[in-house]
Amino acid sequence: MEKIAFEQLNEELFYEKLENGLDVYILPKKGFNKTYATFTTKYGSIDNHFKPLGKNEYVKVPDGIAHFLEHKLFEKEDGDVFQQFSRQGASANAFTSFTRTAYLFSSTSNVEKNLETLMDFVQEPYFTEKTVEKEKGIIGQEITMYDDNPDWRLYYGVIENMFKNHPVKIDIAGTRESISHITKDMLYECYHTFYHPSNMLLFVVGAIEPKEIMTQIKANQAKKEFSAQSEIERQFESEIEEVAEKKQVLKMNVQTPKCILGIKAAPANLKGQEMLKHELSTNVMLDILFGKSSEGYTELYGEGLIDDTFSYDFSQEQGFGFAMVGGDTPDPEKLVEKVTAILLKAKEGSIFNEEQLGRARKKKIGAFLRAINSPEYIANQFTRYAFNEMDLFEVVPVLESITIGDIQAAAADLIDEKRFTVCQVVPK
Amino acid sequence: MGVISEAIKEMEGYKLHVVTTEKFKTNTIVWKMKAPLTKEDVTQRALLPHVLQSSTASYPTTAKLRSYLDELYGANMFVDVSKKGEYQIISMSIEIANEKFLSDATPLLSKGLELLAEMVRNPLAENGTFNHETVEKEKRTLKQRIQSVFDDKMRYANFRLVEEMCAGEPYALPVNGELEAVDQIDAKSLYDYYQKAFAEDELDLYVIGDVSSQEVESIASGLFRFAQRTPKETNTLNRVSGEAKTIKEKQDIKQGKLNIGYRTNIKYGDQDYNALQVFNGIFGGFSHSKLFLNVREKNSLAYYVASRLESHKGLMMVMSGIEFENFDLAVKIIKEQMEAMTNGDFTDEEIEQTKAVIENQLLETVDTARGMVELLYHNVVSKVTVPLDDWLNGMKNTTKDEIIAVANKINLDTVYFLTGMEAAE
Repeated sequence: MEKIAFEQLNEELFYEKLENGLDVYILPKKGFNKTYATFTTKYGSIDNHFKPLGKNEYVKVPDGIAHFLEHKLFEKEDGDVFQQFSRQGASANAFTSFTRTAYLFSSTSNVEKNLETLMDFVQEPYFTEKTVEKEKGIIGQEITMYDDNPDWRLYYGVIENMFKNHPVKIDIAGTRESISHITKDMLYECYHTFYHPSNMLLFVVGAIEPKEIMTQIKANQAKKEFSAQSEIERQFESEIEEVAEKKQVLKMNVQTPKCILGIKAAPANLKGQEMLKHELSTNVMLDILFGKSSEGYTELYGEGLIDDTFSYDFSQEQGFGFAMVGGDTPDPEKLVEKVTAILLKAKEGSIFNEEQLGRARKKKIGAFLRAINSPEYIANQFTRYAFNEMDLFEVVPVLESITIGDIQAAAADLIDEKRFTVCQVVPK
Repeated sequence: MGVISEAIKEMEGYKLHVVTTEKFKTNTIVWKMKAPLTKEDVTQRALLPHVLQSSTASYPTTAKLRSYLDELYGANMFVDVSKKGEYQIISMSIEIANEKFLSDATPLLSKGLELLAEMVRNPLAENGTFNHETVEKEKRTLKQRIQSVFDDKMRYANFRLVEEMCAGEPYALPVNGELEAVDQIDAKSLYDYYQKAFAEDELDLYVIGDVSSQEVESIASGLFRFAQRTPKETNTLNRVSGEAKTIKEKQDIKQGKLNIGYRTNIKYGDQDYNALQVFNGIFGGFSHSKLFLNVREKNSLAYYVASRLESHKGLMMVMSGIEFENFDLAVKIIKEQMEAMTNGDFTDEEIEQTKAVIENQLLETVDTARGMVELLYHNVVSKVTVPLDDWLNGMKNTTKDEIIAVANKINLDTVYFLTGMEAAE
């Protein structure tokens, strides 16, 4: 077991790669009552075209299957895993994103038992035709719930506009129609391909003794047999550089219009430190342009074009990335016009200065300290970073290294009108 | 040593609460102001903290104030207005890095407290009136905030249920105020209200972090001084529920939102409040609860179905999203679960499971500074100081008979259903 110390932060991280390929990270948190653990596979909604384990042909699976599988792993022959966790005083949950599926629990007692339950339920699938059918009704209601949620529709509307071929444009939960085709055999096929320990990461953070936890995890894993697995072969159709659609207007039962301007990231295949620096530089750049202390924000708020719901963000994964700026607005067209003008001016680069950068950097460093108060944040973000070969604990040193040149480069790289798109939700 | 050790000190016009803990990398400062919820004041109270946080005399624009926050390592400042029973609570929070974890050793805690004092004591005002432009901007945002309830159908259904169920009671007032009252406020009237609030509200200051209570006390006593006051109280009146009402409303939506309100007739601090918590956990609070198992897992009617308590008002709300045509079936199943509770049709295992999860939830709550403040503030609202350890022990000692007794005190009040345009009557 390797120990990595972060002195300035007063944290220690323990790591080991197990024989079956599983990456295990443990971070003790002093003074906390709770322990939080995530068991995550690098498998999300975009992984819908791949060679199943032991087969030579690529297959395409129905939209929403990764999320469906996430739901179904909780059901076992002898009942629901939620019941077992709550008997052990834990609360359990799971989520599926574009690129990951994570299973988690948090508890303040019975940590060993809960950890055992987590590893076992994720590694012992039990799917039957009957339980698969039953789940279609439940997930159907989950999908309908989001259909009525204008912020959700707006967010996915922007992503749908951006991409022509990339499966990130598919709704994570699929549609009621697409999930109707899911069978137990398909679930097993996806499961065996993507839930091999070598494609997974276990993170435990909280009130724990690292040595004991590592010993327990190793003993649990040593009891289970896994066939050796070669690299998973996924296929993604080539994506165009510009956006697929420039604009989409959704009419919904709302009173206040909503609008997001999305920017599809330039094609890049970054990972590791380079990706981290790019992501942080881009976010610092957006902060300088749209943060509450910026001229841009002052102008937009002053004119009544934005309110508390205004936000901006940039995120990327291997193969795709995007920025979004927007929120509720009485005048979507005018908001887009103003935001576009701010962005295009920034592309020229000369607007950035040291004072803004210094402030934005301090703000991000403070935000990072605040974030690592949260065991949930540490486990989830560390995993996302690790799957992209980035290191969460490099955030502060990288922020400190960012220069005006990096900010200008980030602006030049991101901002290009042919990669802009707009989605609006307007009253019917 | 208990779950939390809170040092409380009577200061000039307010109480100071300090919790010293090493578990966070930041220090959290929360200023709370409590007053009865009234139609007359509700909208002004919803607006006031937003005006105070948008600028101050020393930082006369939002950009200047926010730049200063960025300089303080991105100190996070936010305000919130909430209802706790029939009180309307204003919270103004600053979460600021502990310089121990930075290469720069500027003492940030005192800067944070100074900034909070600046916001509450030194607003951008002249000749007894706030800055006109600031107030107008924040009025516009408040209107948008009030209207946004309509666009989030889950929130809207809950808001409508409360409005129908508590019609005539102060609790029915919306926390963000009333749209038509916003335009009656101006920079002068709001300033008058600001002075009134600081003269009459019950005031509490919480500081959580790796701090010494003496140091905090000495900084706070120099920065915050107000006249002594006797806070106003409300007598929460609960209408005796007669026949339960059913209200259906149609909108152009895809999923029906079913929200059901019960009167629990039990409030935080009451003898049987612990048993009510366990009741709620068995009935609908968790993913092992009767509602989840029966509405979702057995009958596939819903993705979400849960119940939660309004502890200071004595209400319990059930919420779920279902197909329009499943209304009768869902209501029937939910009523059956309530009947099972009143008949004692639940096992010792369900009780133990629920107690374990409630204990876990409570201990997890105090792993966040905000959670700690919210938990401790229950004592201020209810006027009953229950140490967390006593509370936990009380909850764990709850018996099955007590839970059944609680179940029999709960009355169904209102069934509200937001349904689709095309749904049958």
